[in-house]
Amino acid sequence: MATTPNRTPAAGSQAASQGGFVYLPLIAGWLVPGAGHFLLRKWYRGALLAASIIGMFAMGLAMQGKLYAGAHDILELLGLAGDLGNGLLYIVSRAAGLGAESVQVTVADWGQRFIVVAGMLNVIAAIDAHNLRTGRKPS
Amino acid sequence: MINPSHFSAVVLFALFVSTVFGITMRETPRRMLRYGLYCFAMFCGSAIVLSWVMYLIAR
Repeated sequence: MATTPNRTPAAGSQAASQGGFVYLPLIAGWLVPGAGHFLLRKWYRGALLAASIIGMFAMGLAMQGKLYAGAHDILELLGLAGDLGNGLLYIVSRAAGLGAESVQVTVADWGQRFIVVAGMLNVIAAIDAHNLRTGRKPS
Repeated sequence: MINPSHFSAVVLFALFVSTVFGITMRETPRRMLRYGLYCFAMFCGSAIVLSWVMYLIAR
C-alpha cells in the first residue's frame, strides 16, 4: 500500500525551492564533515558537527590510533567500513602516512575506536543533511 | 601523542558523540541542547556506574 511521505508543508516547500542535485549535501557531508549542513546554510550546526567529528578523528590519531588499511577478516572489514565514513579525512590521512601501524599501547586502542566512531558519526551527520535537503526532517 | 586518563577519554568521547546525536536526532535548537545534555549525562553516568560494578565484582 502506498504511503505519503511525512512532510510538513513548510519543509516540503523549502526542499522544493532548493534546486540542484538532491544528493549533493549527502555526498559533501560524507567527504567533508559538516559540509552538507553548510550547503543548506545551517552554519552553526555544520560548524559544531565539523568540530566534533574532526576533533574526534584528530584525537584518535593523536592517541596513536591505527587506520585500517585492509580487510583480512570480518573485524578488520568492519573497522575499515567505519574508517571510510570519515571521507576525505581518512583518504588524506592514509596518503600522508598518519596513524600507527599497529596498536601497541592501551591509549592507541582508544584512539582506534575514536577514529572508527568519528566515521560513523560523519555518516549520521551526512544522512541528517540529506534528510534536511529532501524535507524528511523539517528543520 | 596525547595520553588521556581513562575518565578523560570517556568525557571526550561523550562530548563529541552527544554533540552529533543532539544535532541530528532532534529538530529545534532547544530540544537539541536538552537531548545532547541527556546523552552526555547518560554516557558519563553509565561509565561511572559500570566502573563501580566492575570494581565491586573484582573484589
